Amino acid sequence: MSEHSRRKVSDRLGIGMTGLATALILAILLVILGTMVAGGHRVISWEFLSQPPREGMTRGGIFPAIFGMVFSVLIMLIAVLPIGVATAVYLHEYAKPGHWLTKLVRGAVNNLAGVPSIVFGLFGLGFFIQFIGRGLDASLGKEMLFGQPCILWAALTLALLNLPMVIVATEEALRAVPRDERAGALALGATRWQTIRHVVLPQALPGILTGTVLVIARGAGEVAPIMFTGAAYFLPSLPKAPTDQFMTLGYHIFVMTTQSPDIEATVPIAMGATLVLLCLTIALNLVAVVIRSRTRNALRKGR
Amino acid sequence: MSLKAGRFKYFKEELIENAIRLTALSAIVSIFLIFLFVFKESMPVLYDQVVRQEATVAGFFRGLDWQPVSEYPRYSFWPIILGSLKVTLIAMLFAVPVAVGAALFSAEFAPARLKEVIKPMVEVLAGIPSVVLGFFALIFMATFLQRLFGWHIRLNAVNAGLALGVTIIPPIYSLCEDAISSVPRSFREAALGLGATPWQTALHVVLPAALPGISAAVLLGMGRAIGETMVVLMAAGNAPQFTFDILHSTRTITATIAAELGEVVFGSAHYHTLFFLGLLLFAVTFVINLVSWSLFDRLMAKLYGARN
Repeated sequence: MSEHSRRKVSDRLGIGMTGLATALILAILLVILGTMVAGGHRVISWEFLSQPPREGMTRGGIFPAIFGMVFSVLIMLIAVLPIGVATAVYLHEYAKPGHWLTKLVRGAVNNLAGVPSIVFGLFGLGFFIQFIGRGLDASLGKEMLFGQPCILWAALTLALLNLPMVIVATEEALRAVPRDERAGALALGATRWQTIRHVVLPQALPGILTGTVLVIARGAGEVAPIMFTGAAYFLPSLPKAPTDQFMTLGYHIFVMTTQSPDIEATVPIAMGATLVLLCLTIALNLVAVVIRSRTRNALRKGR
Repeated sequence: MSLKAGRFKYFKEELIENAIRLTALSAIVSIFLIFLFVFKESMPVLYDQVVRQEATVAGFFRGLDWQPVSEYPRYSFWPIILGSLKVTLIAMLFAVPVAVGAALFSAEFAPARLKEVIKPMVEVLAGIPSVVLGFFALIFMATFLQRLFGWHIRLNAVNAGLALGVTIIPPIYSLCEDAISSVPRSFREAALGLGATPWQTALHVVLPAALPGISAAVLLGMGRAIGETMVVLMAAGNAPQFTFDILHSTRTITATIAAELGEVVFGSAHYHTLFFLGLLLFAVTFVINLVSWSLFDRLMAKLYGARN
């Protein structure tokens, strides 16, 4: 074989292998989605979405798990959005690059992003429930109101877990706002805060929204941090206050597939629940992709 | 504008800036509190006499049995540390070649249109909750692989490792793709101009240039793999046994905490031991992440000169 054709063959082979790796990833995704769709679509009905589980979760629906998921994600958002956005605004608009405090905040954000989710669960138990909760109960003279697992503590634990994601997404959005816009506002006599409030943040809004959507998707599916901080196996009634325990979709799937007395009967229901969770997270992810590509195109046109 | 109004405006401006700066400290405070409280709840194994009758740090690294619920509880970390290492190693062996290969394909060879499809698909894979992957590996993948390979034990380290690999492919892919894409075009043009083929260019010029970033991605993936909970809790078979056999059921550090903390008596030796495990996990992932980020910074400095 000539040198030329040998090089051609090795080129084809090498590139082919990287293509194969890509195809494998896509195949894995399709197999997982396909399995869940095939097994789950028959279970899903209005009944399934609106009824509580019955007969030890071998029958009935998943409504309390959906309800609890929405409840906890809402509280999480209320906690994480203001803090995350403010931190990003500080890092990108106020902080001096290279200053020790800026470096420290950045380092903390990076490290927070790498903390294992189960460690957040330990922290939630040790800090929110044992320390804050018990402390509140003692000072209010209540018995076991805050000092126990509940939606509030689970949601705050999730908020902490997702804080880095909000910060990174917001900072990226701020970075996309052209410098001239700030200079223009400042030159017209606006203060720094007025510039941020009326010029920078409105333009960064799509990016912040992308981050929010991704955080909702992640918060809805996380299980490890909430296992000890608020999620329950089964509850006969819906939670009424943030101090109640809650059922949630991810944990419900875990319980159904690992603790069921009759696995044959629960697997179809678990697949239905999984399909609902997957539809939600994938829809949210796609929404994020769409917002992102739209703003990117708009930016490209604007420049 | 009167002087007074100007002063008020200045005052308000100061106030807002300080409030934002204070909020920004929340990230630092959070990481500090996490360390502090996991540390605080694990320290009784060092000083509490009652706890130390059952569990001591020396005891954690003696013997090979993890039997917390028995008449004479034993808390040797070795079986679960080995479990974490086995599962992580298998996950890395599977995920790294696939993720790096796919990243190379996306960054170097894929037509732009195909790339527009691949990236969102990987993001969708990244968005699949780990409990769903755990479910998939527990019920479907394990059965399929058992039939295929005739495994004696359905849920084992290989099953969990492969599923864990799927969870870390997206982050490794994304960081690698970033690293490879940020290699300046002039590198490629020089190689191609000297007569190298596209594959030779990718393999001998682009990959080495992006190597710090790829190492960072691999390390980050390793940190994720060690810290992942739900997949290994569901797919590994949950048997804390000291064995090097990868076709045996196993249990990782994360799965041990997740499986046992729910039933533990608050304040018992077992409770504090699980927090100590959490502290160990926190420390290991912290160091891995630190190295990973410094490597990524080095890549950027190498390719673009010092930034920040």
